[in-house]
Amino acid sequence: MRVLRVVIRCVLLAMALAGPTVVARADWRGFRGGELGSVAQGPVPPTSWAAGDEGENIAWKTPIEGRSVSGPIVVGDTAYVTSSSGYRRDRLHIVALDAETGDVRWQREFWATGRTFCHPTSAVAAPTPASDGEAIFALFSSNDLVCLELDGTLRWYRGLAYDFPKAGNDVGMSSSPVVVDGVVIVQIETKAKSFAAGIDTATGQTRWQIDRPLESNWCSPTVIEQDGRAVVLLQSAGGLAAHDPLTGEQLWSFDEPCATIPSAVATDKSVLVAAGGMTALGRSADGDKAEVLWQEQRLAPGSSSPVVFRDRIYVLARGGVLNVGDLASGERLKSLRLKGPFWATPVVAGNYLYCFNQDGVAQVVDISTDEPEIVSEIEMGESVLASPAIVDGQLYIRSVDSVWKIAAPKRSAP
Amino acid sequence: MPKSHSRHLAMLWATAAAGLGAVIFVRVGLADADEPDDTAAAIQQIRSVGTEGAGSEAATDAWRQLTRGGVDQLPSLLVALDDANPLAANYLRSAIDAIAAQHGDALSTDVFADFLAERTHAPRARRLAYEWLVRLDPTTPDRLLPTMLDDPSVELRRDAVARVMERAAGHEDAGESAEAKQAYRVALSGAIDRDQVDAIAAALDKLGTPVDLARHFGFIQRWKLIGPFDNVGGVGFAAEYPPEKQIDFAARYDGKDGEVGWIDHVSEETYGNIDLYQAIKRENGTVAYAATQFLAAEPRDVEIRYGTVNATKIWLNGELLDSNEVYHANDEMDQYIVRGHMKQGENTIVLKVCQNEQEESWAQVWKFQLRVCDETGTAVLSADRPDTGSVAQNSALRGRLN
Repeated sequence: MRVLRVVIRCVLLAMALAGPTVVARADWRGFRGGELGSVAQGPVPPTSWAAGDEGENIAWKTPIEGRSVSGPIVVGDTAYVTSSSGYRRDRLHIVALDAETGDVRWQREFWATGRTFCHPTSAVAAPTPASDGEAIFALFSSNDLVCLELDGTLRWYRGLAYDFPKAGNDVGMSSSPVVVDGVVIVQIETKAKSFAAGIDTATGQTRWQIDRPLESNWCSPTVIEQDGRAVVLLQSAGGLAAHDPLTGEQLWSFDEPCATIPSAVATDKSVLVAAGGMTALGRSADGDKAEVLWQEQRLAPGSSSPVVFRDRIYVLARGGVLNVGDLASGERLKSLRLKGPFWATPVVAGNYLYCFNQDGVAQVVDISTDEPEIVSEIEMGESVLASPAIVDGQLYIRSVDSVWKIAAPKRSAP
Repeated sequence: MPKSHSRHLAMLWATAAAGLGAVIFVRVGLADADEPDDTAAAIQQIRSVGTEGAGSEAATDAWRQLTRGGVDQLPSLLVALDDANPLAANYLRSAIDAIAAQHGDALSTDVFADFLAERTHAPRARRLAYEWLVRLDPTTPDRLLPTMLDDPSVELRRDAVARVMERAAGHEDAGESAEAKQAYRVALSGAIDRDQVDAIAAALDKLGTPVDLARHFGFIQRWKLIGPFDNVGGVGFAAEYPPEKQIDFAARYDGKDGEVGWIDHVSEETYGNIDLYQAIKRENGTVAYAATQFLAAEPRDVEIRYGTVNATKIWLNGELLDSNEVYHANDEMDQYIVRGHMKQGENTIVLKVCQNEQEESWAQVWKFQLRVCDETGTAVLSADRPDTGSVAQNSALRGRLN
């Protein structure tokens, strides 16, 4: 019995030393949360909050120098954002914010080495940065690619338009990078020079580079798992192709015209790509061509990417209408008119779809049934073109000027 | 053995021989990232970074070393920006920021003030020094901006112009027209950014003093044009039509729709735009050439800046300076910037402008604007350009061409 008491004491001591039980939380490591595919894990953020700069459920709001249409990412206890400033839009900023307080932990500024023209609604800080949990990979419309460690240490700097001066689009570029197994993959597609490249995350050296179509394109690469391995999808006007992220080798393709702004999304069984409205491709390609499962014109997205949740696909159409489709058949099940226009890809948490239009109107939609319903509408007061991030029940919204954290107030200790 | 290591060893031997606590000196010698030779070597490693990731690993090591060091490296780092390539410049500037941010209390305004005062340093590096100076001494803008209306840094100049514009607006609000006009004229003398120039011009126009904007920016208004040549299927961009081989303003050639010859054209548009639909023909799948003679008072380097939604090639005195086979991707002033050297006397600029066959409404544009300026964007004018107001000027130009 004494032995048992000693064991119990030791166990209790170990638990006390270990502190409270740690619930694993998912970072939001890139455009659409990286592998999360726009669907947050964990608790649900508030579904309503105060309009304006402070008030109900607004944990903090931090203004950021410059302008941005890139999304925030969250790694550990830090949120990272990018922006661009200056009359010539040639000053590039990467800012680390304390996720708890919104305070700036550090910031780095660089001079763009590529073209910095863009449409007035956009910004040179358009692509959302990506992270592998150890470093930040920030790409800009000028095709500057910066690797910073989480503490702001510069690991390497690539000027992809300095390497290839014709790589530039004066409307602006927005393809966000992805990181897979030590390789950061960028998709640079313009009318004068197009390529995709896999760049070593440790050294900044190019591991592989392939030519891409000479057409303007704004889609981001999408990483899927196929047959137990990571595969990266590259989408452009001429089709969608799957590549080995470590070598660039093409594995299969879908050779029909695709949209050039909304990016593909994947489920366990299929890849959804904006082609002929919306096309579902078989997940495991047999041979070098993808199998078409269904195609539905009425699920055509506007500028934001589709979102898949459970057995439904949610698409914001060009006119601001939210269309709900059946993932298995492609049948459009329901439409709900929202206030558009939308650039930001919506995100899901719990049974809610968080949509932000260009004018900064947040619309939270209950999607627990096939009768989607707007549960709240909040005027943010600032234009929002970036897809938000959700981590651990906290919603990070990037307006063109600021970052907001929306979270329920912490309960005080008894 | 690296030079710095041998210096440390020499120091060690000297210290041991003197019996003065060799251990302390060894520590200082090996750990001292501020040591000038180490700093110089690290800077050199960063300056060696090249295209496609070349030298990145060594540059990263150097960056880490520098940012562990102290503020006494800042003068060397600032100077190193002067002729660093754009990639190396970003390593260096972020190292400067990191060091300065870490050692805020130890920073001296002298480092930045001295560097800023010397106008031959790289404009962007001077702007960086200015911004750190402002952080350390908030009186900096009041003290220095009044002297920066003609600064080589376009960003410093912009702030200087903005201050004068504010003063002018104050006079205007107070009903002091003469003072406002004078202040706006001073602002215009330094203004190079279009938004500021437009605002100043609008204010001066309201005060009864119109501004010749085409002249202010240096837009070329007098052109010889020829076309259309064939660009159906995009064949015209690569095709070498006769004006690419020889400029003979009296010659006539086979064009797309028949014989074509050079015509005189003067742009009366505020920003020197040439609408080729109007000047030549409203037709797509076409190529036109625009040529102008620029009289340089002395030999000099210039920037030729042009904006167009069409595919282009550009030559200065027969030398191809740039080509861009890009159609309908935005339309901005100074969209393309090329550098060239003008000889004293007459120089020939030729621009090839290709329109494709896109059918979208927004693609029905075949036009360009082009100006000659220095590296700040300040106009460089042809020596024979008439010095008159915009309307009178165009009349004068037309008269001379006729």
